[in-house]
Amino acid sequence: MTVPPPVLSVRGLSVRFLMPHGRPVAAVTDARFDVLPGECLALLGESGCGKSVLASALLGLLPGNAQTAGEALLGDLNLLTADERTLAGTVRGRRIGLVPQSPAAHLTPVRTIRSQLGEVISELKGIRRGARLQHAVLAAAGRAGFPEDHLDRHPHQLSGGLAQRAATALALVGDAPLLLADEPTTGLDRELVDRTVDELRRHVDARSGAAGHGLLMITHDLAAAERIADRVAVMYAGRIVELGEADAFFGAPGPRHPYSRRLLQALPDRAFTAIPGMPPELGDLPDGCAFAARCERATGLCSTRPPTVDGISCHHPHQGPEAAPYTLMRKGADRA
Amino acid sequence: MLELRSVTAGYARNEPVFDDVSLTVTPGEAVGLVGPSGCGKSTLARVAALLHRPDSGAVVLDGEPVRHWRHRAPRAQRTAFGVVFQQPRLSADPRLTLSDLIEEPLRATGRRETARERVAELAGTVGLTQDLLGRRPHEVSDGQLQRACLARALILRPRWLICDEMTAMLDASTTAALVAVVESYRSATGAGLLAVGHDRTLLERWCDHTVHWENLTASPTPGNSL
Repeated sequence: MTVPPPVLSVRGLSVRFLMPHGRPVAAVTDARFDVLPGECLALLGESGCGKSVLASALLGLLPGNAQTAGEALLGDLNLLTADERTLAGTVRGRRIGLVPQSPAAHLTPVRTIRSQLGEVISELKGIRRGARLQHAVLAAAGRAGFPEDHLDRHPHQLSGGLAQRAATALALVGDAPLLLADEPTTGLDRELVDRTVDELRRHVDARSGAAGHGLLMITHDLAAAERIADRVAVMYAGRIVELGEADAFFGAPGPRHPYSRRLLQALPDRAFTAIPGMPPELGDLPDGCAFAARCERATGLCSTRPPTVDGISCHHPHQGPEAAPYTLMRKGADRA
Repeated sequence: MLELRSVTAGYARNEPVFDDVSLTVTPGEAVGLVGPSGCGKSTLARVAALLHRPDSGAVVLDGEPVRHWRHRAPRAQRTAFGVVFQQPRLSADPRLTLSDLIEEPLRATGRRETARERVAELAGTVGLTQDLLGRRPHEVSDGQLQRACLARALILRPRWLICDEMTAMLDASTTAALVAVVESYRSATGAGLLAVGHDRTLLERWCDHTVHWENLTASPTPGNSL
């Protein structure tokens, strides 16, 4: 079986914010990952770890004081160097669909859902008016499970779950190969979380093979990620510290990076214990491992930057599925 | 004892959000209230915290019926409650530094002289470092701001804590940390807790007992029937 080319390929992506006073803020450092067609990659991490900045970088929506490095290839287009015209005209909505955080703030408050869907369809599909447009609006609403009899409502008349579906419907209109969901479930109750992520998953599964859609879901909701993700990337203080299969991560043998392991243990259906301390400031990161100050496995070695081996950036990772300790040590020594 | 007796409440005449609800929290007890989005559980939390006048029914605080609400409630009753809301950004004045935010209840009740000491003590309890205390809300993360909001709720040493979806915006580790702060405060002071939320797993782990909204409403309103 040949592996289809990735929908999105991120290599060495870094984002720095230049501040008028003080040190630059290293929001994202050297992120590397692929999103394959038909795959859901969940990007996990605490609030303030740089996840949403990464999403903004992919969409070209960073503020003026941001500097980027590395590349993010969508097909053969590097999103980091593409100009605004290309991004606005061919990428946003067309090649990347965005499912936003807090749809209530994303939707236009003074217009009905029908009117907003209609606008997006005429922009992206060129269907301007008449019965064809109305038909397309109904189809788009149906795809996200948005009820037809609520189309003439304004955003404030919708419950959180319906507003989320309206936003999802808008994101699906362009039939983009990459869906980017930025905290799509914040503030929703468990049932709505499940329904929302299931809809996203269904969109990914709708096509197979090289034509499949990829989903990058940015979230701090571990249960939502467990439900739909194929692979998991864990971000800590701007770096991806663990990248691996979701089954192994949530099941046995469990996460391998001590941070990911403690994060899972914080869940109320697991140990329900917090990680001591707080994440470091992104403007004042240590030279070595950023998690060392909170880590029970930390040694003197952790004041140096850990190499990334098998997707794990740690000097003292937990045991992996098949990697015996001596191979880990040897690989680590080779890279160092 | 904090009692809600046959309370009906809402925001418009003849359109109650919920109808005939009764709930009791005894001192030292932690009661979790689970319900789906939009069922009225936040309105119930506001009534219990004396922040919303019910249309009918009674709220009885330590045997004394509550007669006045919000700023009209007598100070002794008002300050018996510490409240933490879901969205820290909406419940924090953007102009205040975190340290001013935490000490505001002390100023409002004329106890400014003890403020510095208490803020330092509580900041340590909720895990806020000195440099964070000098920042304003836009300079900190949701989790850090919610830590400050919890410190603010505890600063008057309330006998009752009302936590309305306190952790819905937070990651797993911050959630566990804040719940641990609430629990250690409660075991030190014997305060009672009403924790409202939609996360059944969380509330069952956190509270002594958990009530489900559908079992609470004697006659369910059409909006939340299954």
